[in-house]
Amino acid sequence: MITYLARRILWIIPVLFTVSIITFTLMHAVPGGPWDSEKRLPQGVQNRLNAQYGLDQPIYVQYITWAGGFVQGNLGPSYRFKDRTVNDIVSDGIWTTVQLGVMAFLLAVFVGIPLGIIASLGHNRWPDYLSTSVSIVGISTPSFVLAILLIVFFGVQLRWFPTSGWKGPPNWVLPTIALAGFPIAQIARYTRASMLEVTRKDYIRTAQSKGLRDRAVVIRHMVRNALIPVVTILGPILAFLVTGSFIIETIFAIPGVGRYYITAIGTRDYSLLMAMTMLYAFAVAFMNVVVDVLYAYIDPRIRYS
Amino acid sequence: MATTTALDRRLTKPKQSAGLWSDAFGRLRKNRLALFGLVLVILFLIAGAFGPILAPWDYKVQDLQAIFANGNRPIKPLSPGHLLGTDSLGRDLLSRLLDGARISVTVAFVVQIVILSIGVPIGALAGWFGGRLDNILMRFTDVIYAFPDLLFIILLSVAFRETAFGQALDGLFLVFVAIGLTSWVTVARLVRGQLLALKETEFVEAARAIGVSDARIVVRHLLPNGLSPIIVAITLGIPSAILAESTLAFIGVGVQPPRASWGSLIADGQKYVRGDPHLVLFPAIFIALALIGFTFLGDGLRDALDPKLKGKQ
Repeated sequence: MITYLARRILWIIPVLFTVSIITFTLMHAVPGGPWDSEKRLPQGVQNRLNAQYGLDQPIYVQYITWAGGFVQGNLGPSYRFKDRTVNDIVSDGIWTTVQLGVMAFLLAVFVGIPLGIIASLGHNRWPDYLSTSVSIVGISTPSFVLAILLIVFFGVQLRWFPTSGWKGPPNWVLPTIALAGFPIAQIARYTRASMLEVTRKDYIRTAQSKGLRDRAVVIRHMVRNALIPVVTILGPILAFLVTGSFIIETIFAIPGVGRYYITAIGTRDYSLLMAMTMLYAFAVAFMNVVVDVLYAYIDPRIRYS
Repeated sequence: MATTTALDRRLTKPKQSAGLWSDAFGRLRKNRLALFGLVLVILFLIAGAFGPILAPWDYKVQDLQAIFANGNRPIKPLSPGHLLGTDSLGRDLLSRLLDGARISVTVAFVVQIVILSIGVPIGALAGWFGGRLDNILMRFTDVIYAFPDLLFIILLSVAFRETAFGQALDGLFLVFVAIGLTSWVTVARLVRGQLLALKETEFVEAARAIGVSDARIVVRHLLPNGLSPIIVAITLGIPSAILAESTLAFIGVGVQPPRASWGSLIADGQKYVRGDPHLVLFPAIFIALALIGFTFLGDGLRDALDPKLKGKQ
């Protein structure tokens, strides 16, 4: 298990390396540079700025410089926000982004799983239909649409929650729901299907025939076994939360790191863009490892070697 | 060789085509949700194929008179001449939604072709040859899987936007390629898994024993037998492609104006959402129906093609 874990974690390194090479190459293939703003700088000034930031070097030299800095935890200067380094920008926003992601994840798990269980216990009766309707809305509404609908309904019409910013708990409600909508539906669907599958297993019949109370059968035998396959979709769901967060952050004007991604591409802020991509790639790769390990932990039949 | 391949065809073919597909169709017909999905998918295809004929207006024409009479505000739904109203420039919303359907249909299918033409060869090579090649290809697949796909698609779209390649098909070609390049992983893994399982079966051993070539075994025996999970993955991949395209259009890096993707319609309508919510609601409903249709059909196909899972729905 330890060897397996170590190997999986070490695997993140070549993944990040490849991601960085591809992103770096693509990024420099984009025409234009960080100094193209509304008022064009004179060529001489641009050349001097290029020299100062090392942008006049061949691209592989620039990559090595960047990679050297990255390994030492130096993400470089931001070309757009000239008085700040990328480290500042990331450390300012990262916890907001993480908080949003964690809240949406918890909401998805603690609403999705019960919803799926209730649906399976009331199979083909109203709890099932209610839960299935929620799932249908969840899978068919893209997070940006859900965000706008929530803003219109609960922000503009009913005025229950603020629609932008991140000052306190009232601000957290709408973005978290918007981000969690799709994962809730996915988790509920998987839980329901898995529960229905488990219901027909022999060990459930055994448990019932030995006179175990219904509640004990459901909790100890059905739910425990039904949740094993559900864990497999947590990986894709975490990846969805990570990449989905930047659209939600943009719509709700949340001061996280996600909203910088689109602006960084637009303004050719190379070092900020690299930092964002690496951060997101690391988050996705790392969470896949976590999910696999969790899978082995809850299902003793699986042994990694 | 002629006799051996004829023999081998006779031995294997009737077996796989006799029961599976008609059985599957029978099961699909009994699944009401799947049929509902199928109906939505057919409507979606009709809207995409015949959109310009069905549309009352050209999607880029402005009804200047009507919009001027309305004080330069978007026209409400159920107005004469504009069933679903217009946008702030006086362009007919229904016609623009139908153009959006055409974009979504194209995205849905072309992306799947890109995915198949990358995913199937890679999965087949890895599964069939195994060993070091399998290792290299699967590690490569892992890297692509870990790539934050939406970010990559955005980067690719911006990087090539100004080139001839980026301008092709109003910018749609680039969207297809970008989405396809990040989404073939699931199909590659499925194909590899199927080949690994089927490689050891007796009918493959028999085909090998009579001297059928590797390529022929893969194409004639393994792929058709492992087809059903791939069909399901493709059907369920379509909603993700539609979703990715509309998200790109929403943040403004997908299709170029005046073309009207459902995502860009929502982005445009966002500004008028207080007074004219129809500009956001109708595109949202269209996206939702398309996503529901393919998801239900995909789930139904999975249950129909894999009898072991029967009763999950």
